[in-house]
Amino acid sequence: MIEVRLFATLREGRGKIFFLEGDKYSCGTDILKEFQIPEEEVSIFLINGFHSKTQDPVKDGDVLAVFPPVGGG
Amino acid sequence: MSGCYYEKIARINLTTGQITVEKLDIDLAKKFIGGRGLGTKILYDEGVATADPLSADNKLVYITGPMTGTLSPSSGRYMVCTKSPLTGMIACSNSGGIWGAKLKYAGWDALIVEGEAPNWCYLNIDDEKIELLDAAEYVGMMSEKIDDTLKEKHGKEVSVLNIGPAGEKKVLLAAIMNDKDRAAGRSGVGAVMGSKKLKAIVVKATRKKLDIIHDEEALKAANKRSLDILKANPVTGAGLKDLGTAVLVNIVNNIGCFPTNNWQKAYYPQGDDISGETLKETYLVKNSACHRCPIACGRVVNVNGRITGGPEYEPLWAYGGNCGNNDLNAIDEANMWCNEYGLDAISTPCTIAAAMELYEKGYIKEEECGGIPLKWGSAKAIVEWTRRMGDPNTELEWLMSSGSARLCEHYGHPEISMSVKKQEMPAYDARGIQGIGITYATSNRGGCHVRGYMISPEVLGLPEQLDRTVTDDKAAWAKTFQDLTAVIDSMGNCLFTSFAMGAQEYADLLNAATGTTYTTEELLTVGDRIYNIERMFNKAAGMKPEDDRLPKRLQEEPIPDGPSKGMTSKIALTLPQYYEARGWVDAFPTDETLKKLGLDECVGK
Repeated sequence: MIEVRLFATLREGRGKIFFLEGDKYSCGTDILKEFQIPEEEVSIFLINGFHSKTQDPVKDGDVLAVFPPVGGG
Repeated sequence: MSGCYYEKIARINLTTGQITVEKLDIDLAKKFIGGRGLGTKILYDEGVATADPLSADNKLVYITGPMTGTLSPSSGRYMVCTKSPLTGMIACSNSGGIWGAKLKYAGWDALIVEGEAPNWCYLNIDDEKIELLDAAEYVGMMSEKIDDTLKEKHGKEVSVLNIGPAGEKKVLLAAIMNDKDRAAGRSGVGAVMGSKKLKAIVVKATRKKLDIIHDEEALKAANKRSLDILKANPVTGAGLKDLGTAVLVNIVNNIGCFPTNNWQKAYYPQGDDISGETLKETYLVKNSACHRCPIACGRVVNVNGRITGGPEYEPLWAYGGNCGNNDLNAIDEANMWCNEYGLDAISTPCTIAAAMELYEKGYIKEEECGGIPLKWGSAKAIVEWTRRMGDPNTELEWLMSSGSARLCEHYGHPEISMSVKKQEMPAYDARGIQGIGITYATSNRGGCHVRGYMISPEVLGLPEQLDRTVTDDKAAWAKTFQDLTAVIDSMGNCLFTSFAMGAQEYADLLNAATGTTYTTEELLTVGDRIYNIERMFNKAAGMKPEDDRLPKRLQEEPIPDGPSKGMTSKIALTLPQYYEARGWVDAFPTDETLKKLGLDECVGK
């Protein structure tokens, strides 16, 4: 399974946490399409806690965290 | 009067009651901009570095920047510069709201408060008129109550700055509050105010805007460019408004750098329970904005039926994961008590976290806890111990109200204090984010994130994404961030504007407002100068090279689990690189560096 965590405004109309079949997706872009999230709305894309590109490969067991542009301090 | 400086400073001697008006040295002001830079320079020149922080010899400089109160974005800020009783070094705490702008509109660049009043008093400023009034009837009042009471007395158009019970008792974690829920929070500045028996400063101003701008048209144009940039940027234009700084909970936790149980771990499985997203779904009433701020990141929450200022990211973390607690309502309440008693909402919960580790390990005994054990995750403990620290009576309450360094030292385990220069570090684990560790270690005011917010490039990808796990170039980045931050603080703008704006925008604003002709490079040199005068203050105050250090835990105890498992801080590698970038040897500037920065008066000191 691939765990997908959505945050901030990306949760609206979608939800928070999803578990997807681990062998159905080759990269982050595929997963964003699954959730109908436009690439330009994604600012931080973490694979297992590390900043990654949406084009990077994903595999069974990965945890993805997806954020829109955010800041703080 | 010249470009955005009224050239007027009021010096208030509380020992004698004498109030004198001094002319601002305009060349000196432009050399240090104002605010943090000029405030520190004044303290350095007046020999405050060697003063006992809680004696009549210490001074409080309440100071605006040239941009304070202008149309420029997020410009409602003022700073309190003094010698910190917590760190024994320079303190400069920065706050928003509208108090700073009103001080400026009343025609004052700064107030210098010195001496010690024989009885509790407060200052009432009505444009050029300043009077000292008796405050006996306000002693013991909580911060919101005194705000309401002084508004009833002096009119609802006034703005009130005050200390709560914590400052009155000279608690080392005491903040100065203004406009109810805005705080000059760090380094114990409230204790200095309390030591002088100064309870509040009320400001009333006839002016509603500044009438001394150097080039009004140029400022309007620079301001429009800045506002457009802020509006178009998704962070400052939408993200901070929607979720506030609290949005960081999930980001920092998901990279495994969310210090948990007093930094024993760095991933909190219940993180989402205390996140900005959950706050929005539960207790958030609305957002709020400081004076002239288009970002509007403030939170207003419902705490058990009371509508009040809500927590920033820092207290959400510090009372949350760092105390092993996921009760969001309790965090809101504890944060409210920080505002009411006038306590630093970072150091207070971080000291509770340190106490919880001391309790877990058996160093603090249950019988010392006055019926409220310091157990991880106890909602009751975080709320009630905050109240106790705000008005301490027992030995443990006094120890905790003095911060984690003194607390842990008392119990013979200084390694449990997660502090730098005796001030608690904020909410980002420097084991998994290498650059922020440089900021923590070298911050002139002790453990602090807003002296060079390396989280921007290392976590948020602003202005570009750096690999948080490596040390490459981080020393140079940290220095640049520290220098630009010193400039923004000194101008009187909010640091959050820098999520979108760059050095060019600040130079344009400042030049239009004051008539300076700074290039971006020259402006960063001013920031460098400010950083160095702070460091020279610390040197005169007795700082040692070993004070630029991170707690042993960050270097010797790898993060035990979560996404950043196995990581430690590489500060031993980056610190020499940082000193080289600064032109420092053994933590202090060389004479050559001082001369290069125009700090000749510090040479040989």
